[in-house]
Amino acid sequence: MSVTAQSTKSNPFEAERNGLQLRRSIVNKLSIILTGFFAICASLFLIYLIGYIAAKGLQFINANFFTQRPRAPGETGGGWATALQGSAILITLATIIGVPLGMAVGIFLSEVGRGPFASFVRFLVDTLTGIPTIIFGLFAWVLIVVPSHSFSAVSGGVALGIIMIPTVARATEEVLRLVPNDQREASAALGATHSRTIMQVVVPAARSGIVTGVMLALARVAGETAPLLMTAGGTPFFNTNLFHQIDAIPLRIFNFTLSPYQIERDQAFSGALVLIVFVVITSLAVRWATGGFKRRGR
Amino acid sequence: MEVPVATERNSIQARSRAWLRASLSQIRVQARRPGDFAFRVLLYLFVGIVLVIVLGIGWVLLSSSWPTIQQFGFKYLTNPAFDPIHNTFGVGPALFGTFFTSAFAILLAVPLSVGTAIFLTEFCPRRLRFPLAFLVDTLAAIPSVAIGLWGFLVFAPWLQQTGEPWLQQHLGFLPFFQGTPYGVGMLAAGLILTAMILPIITAISREVMVVVPVSQREAMLALGATRWEVIRYAVLPYGRVGITGGAILGLGRALGETIAVTLVIGNQATPPSASLFQTGYTLSSVIVNQFGEATPGVFLSAVLEAGLLLLLITLLTNILARLLIARMGRVGGGLTA
Repeated sequence: MSVTAQSTKSNPFEAERNGLQLRRSIVNKLSIILTGFFAICASLFLIYLIGYIAAKGLQFINANFFTQRPRAPGETGGGWATALQGSAILITLATIIGVPLGMAVGIFLSEVGRGPFASFVRFLVDTLTGIPTIIFGLFAWVLIVVPSHSFSAVSGGVALGIIMIPTVARATEEVLRLVPNDQREASAALGATHSRTIMQVVVPAARSGIVTGVMLALARVAGETAPLLMTAGGTPFFNTNLFHQIDAIPLRIFNFTLSPYQIERDQAFSGALVLIVFVVITSLAVRWATGGFKRRGR
Repeated sequence: MEVPVATERNSIQARSRAWLRASLSQIRVQARRPGDFAFRVLLYLFVGIVLVIVLGIGWVLLSSSWPTIQQFGFKYLTNPAFDPIHNTFGVGPALFGTFFTSAFAILLAVPLSVGTAIFLTEFCPRRLRFPLAFLVDTLAAIPSVAIGLWGFLVFAPWLQQTGEPWLQQHLGFLPFFQGTPYGVGMLAAGLILTAMILPIITAISREVMVVVPVSQREAMLALGATRWEVIRYAVLPYGRVGITGGAILGLGRALGETIAVTLVIGNQATPPSASLFQTGYTLSSVIVNQFGEATPGVFLSAVLEAGLLLLLITLLTNILARLLIARMGRVGGGLTA
């Protein structure tokens, strides 16, 4: 692939076509420079963004941040413990709702479903991926928050759980398809029923891939803000009642961004830093794990 | 190959009878293995729940926005006022803002991301490829609220102080740079959307360019083409459909993006113009701004109709994108096989 404009210089008509050759060579170089510039700009933007948020946010990352609840507006100190606790509860609820449903759809699509019904299910799950997450928030809001007249952890968990379904389903389907057919046939030959084959041979063989998909979905919902605005609600207090409003890291970032107090706006960067570190580490781990999985799969 | 109609009907009847018999016997077999049967029932139950949720979202939004649909009809789409005090609702400015910011973002993001993808797949030194691709991919993982935080507290003030006055001074004769620079507005929203959809379009363009058969490139090189000409005349035409699909997928993301855009778009309706400095609304920012005050009745229903519109718009764009990408997959697969 190292053929460039120079290699055509032995052309006997070089003198006549010099202008054209020169132009082609310049266009070629320009395209390399320009596309390289775009790629480097995109990468530098990410580095700048993370760097800026880290520089602003690191000052509040200390023990208080993880153990204290937020102070009254404008007071110094205070931490994000309520938001961390709330996010943990919401993500747990979302996992309880989203993972079994997503895995069931994935198993169905890979092992059981055939024909038009399976295509229909696959189409609907694909459609779920493209819907803006605020729509799921509206859905949970109309069904749970409006009738009960209260924001709640449950409604937030439902909204986030639905968001997890397509990611988990597609990941499950894809890794189950990587499991060699020999294993299914071997299991059947030993007299195992279809359900035993799936649950005790196929799914365990694809376990690491499924875990990867779940982690990816977790990382995705951990940063969701819009659906939580209208479901979890946000509160500066600790709360373990699942039917009351609950805090979350993205919600606190959003509220502090719009805060009139400098200290809260600065703390928003700390929250964003924690969130980004969580999301980036998760996706790094996933990337490493999928690399490992694919190598073993082949 | 003429098949008499009667036989055709017979064969359909025969086939359906055979199908019925087969499924009955299947059920009988399954009933003999209760574990298997229970597993199947449970699986279908879960899949059923997911189907109910997906279809339920559409139904809930449609039925709860029905009062506004009935009361305002198509006027809802153009009415500039979203005004609970005078009980008149419309999303004219929001629709305009949604399409304006997304169009701006897509116009900027497509060349940038196709360029990035070209560099990453064709030009990039091997050693740089992995770190650069990783950074671009990671950009997609940054939560929307973090970008919105930076956009609202850092980027918008910078635009107001430096960026927009500079644009006005040097390019002020263009209709895009008229009016007072507020910092927040269409320009800020469009640029932030560009950064958010760039990794998506880049990722899909890269996937598409990788499936272009080596023989195509080699044929072009054998004709004495430069590396750019190989891309311009062999790679890009081959991947056009797929790249278009990726761009539309990015568009769908831009249309539905909520938090980052809500933070930087200003949320103040101005008479629509071509100016990028104007503040405005998008459909999703209307929802975020209004749901808190929404009282049951027409107000609530008007907020939900904004959601319904957003759902319809993003569904259409996504289905279109998926069809294009699927077609590309088939074409690519067919040619390489």
